[in-house]
Amino acid sequence: MRRFIEKSVEKVLMASGAITSLTILLIVVFLFRQGAGLFRNSVVEENYSLAVNKTNPVEKLTPEEIKNIFDREIVNWAQVGGLNEDISVFRLNDITSYVSEEALGEEMQFLSHHLSEIVDTHPHIIAFIPNEYIRKDFKGKVLDVGKITPSDFFAGKEWFPTAQPAPLFGLLPLLLGTLWVSFAAILFALPFGLAVAIYLAELASTRTRAVLKPVIELLAGIPSVIYGFFGLVVVVPLIQKTFDLPVGETALAGSVILAVMAMPTIITIAEDAIRTVPRATKEASLALGASQMQTIFKVILPYCVSGIMAAVVLGIGRAVGETMAVLMVTGNSAIIPTTLLEPVRTIPATIAAELGEAPTGGAHYEALFMLGVILFLITLFISILIEIISAKQIKQQQ
Amino acid sequence: MKNLKQQKQAAVFWILRIMTWLVVGILFWILGFLLVKGMGVLSWEFITTAPKNEMTSGGIFPAIVGTLCLVTGSMLVAFPIGVMSGIYLNEYARNGWTVRFIRIMTNNLSSIPSIVFGLFGMALFVNTLGFGDSILAGSLTLGLLVLPIVIRTTEESLKAIPDTFRNGSRALGASQLQTIYKVVLPIAFPNIMTGLILSIGRVSGETAPILFTVAAYFLPKLPTSIFDQVMALPYHLYVLATSGTDLEAARPMAYGTALVLILIVLLMNIIAGIIRSLTSKDYVK
Repeated sequence: MRRFIEKSVEKVLMASGAITSLTILLIVVFLFRQGAGLFRNSVVEENYSLAVNKTNPVEKLTPEEIKNIFDREIVNWAQVGGLNEDISVFRLNDITSYVSEEALGEEMQFLSHHLSEIVDTHPHIIAFIPNEYIRKDFKGKVLDVGKITPSDFFAGKEWFPTAQPAPLFGLLPLLLGTLWVSFAAILFALPFGLAVAIYLAELASTRTRAVLKPVIELLAGIPSVIYGFFGLVVVVPLIQKTFDLPVGETALAGSVILAVMAMPTIITIAEDAIRTVPRATKEASLALGASQMQTIFKVILPYCVSGIMAAVVLGIGRAVGETMAVLMVTGNSAIIPTTLLEPVRTIPATIAAELGEAPTGGAHYEALFMLGVILFLITLFISILIEIISAKQIKQQQ
Repeated sequence: MKNLKQQKQAAVFWILRIMTWLVVGILFWILGFLLVKGMGVLSWEFITTAPKNEMTSGGIFPAIVGTLCLVTGSMLVAFPIGVMSGIYLNEYARNGWTVRFIRIMTNNLSSIPSIVFGLFGMALFVNTLGFGDSILAGSLTLGLLVLPIVIRTTEESLKAIPDTFRNGSRALGASQLQTIYKVVLPIAFPNIMTGLILSIGRVSGETAPILFTVAAYFLPKLPTSIFDQVMALPYHLYVLATSGTDLEAARPMAYGTALVLILIVLLMNIIAGIIRSLTSKDYVK
């Protein structure tokens, strides 16, 4: 009986040990399943079609072309491979400028007939109309727009999830925004992080270290929304004034805040790495007449370079996934960044800002899950990188 | 010549020292700034009443209650599971691939960004299991988020106990379960509690995972069941700072909320630190 209890307790404990693995499995399944749904969506809005005149030679349009046509940025069919004629754009609510309301009938019963006529009689028209009004005898040509392809997502240069008729889900501006802000943050954080790590590991007295170390750990405990708020009321106005900008919400503000947030990670890992340097190595250097400074910069730092690499990679990992602080200070415009003084938008900030408004199960919702998948893959990649670096480190020390 | 070298070294060391104090200064800058701006807002009324006049006056009582609910809920999820899997990893599991696998997975779980937890919680708890935006969904999401912290602290505090304790107990005829229950856990208890306290600090400050699983924009009514939505301190701060109807008028409220939040979080971290430094020397004797 007692043995039985012992055994079952062990099984219960083992089951709870499995929960983290189960959670990761569930995260992967749910993220990928919802995210992959994006590629089952049509390029144009659900239940709508694009139609042109039968004589129009254009057969296919990319999502960008559709958006630019309806934004009147492309105005001539020649720009998209057609005849040299002006494009006239037609949306359903333009119908009254073509036919009178009486002609449509009291219950709109003649609407589809008139739509068909309009497309037939205007050779240069492109019409964005609901599928329910396209009947068998429709005289226009319905364009085959196809489904959203992975290349539309991964190579797309524009993120415009609410554009009509063709929303654009281009990953590039968001991905580049995320990397841009994160790398800049690490550039700011690394010199400070290394300085603190060297100071704590090699120079500070035991008592100073006992005071400073917990303070730096507290820095890691501050919630990101507080960093965001502090950034919003202190850093953003400061940047706006210093660089004389119209708005202070920029990539720079995001990087500065992220640098502070990534610093505790960098300091802890780098300090641990510096502490693993064998005493004999240090003393050999000192015995050869090298000064303490020479020992630190020429012996200790080169020795633990892979540990410092790990610190940098982990710092980037922390910065890439950070949501609230970045959301609050970077201005959130989805453009491919070129300087630090422009607003940018990162992947996590996009998810946080848009998921609330995206209808459940729609293309936008699925695109945001796809962004989650990307974020998950980035952190997975970073975890693997860390494993490789630390495996190398152990090998080197043996 | 030697003098110059020494001077250069002294200068470099001073630069390192100053950079260190600058980094440390950031914490005091943030804390001091929030104290100065938020202190005037803090009052008994601020803590015990609901927001009024489109959140430009009144207090943050519903948000405090909401955060309390989420902390309790997520700890009910994370603490038992985390402690049990910590015990399994350190006391039962042989050093095979299972342990390695579980450990790698736990590490990976702790490196997943919190917004991904938010997405996951929304997809699984809110939509698939049909809990809706509720304390239940939010607590489960937050619980999974802090699970690695509890597991890691439990495992470390068990690892710190020398095997002589276990061997002594087993030699007296106690079973493994009895040894864990009567000998190992009582010694490890204070350190296991630091995991709980750190998780409470983390949960009270997390915003991204609750955005789509539980948090309400404005809800003066207190929750009555685990299927209710609640306000929460960090989300309330975000709302006050970025999306209120009159941002300038809401600023004092935002400072007050930020101060309350940072005090709770820092207090939790400090308590955990004190427990850890008090108990860390015990086994050496």
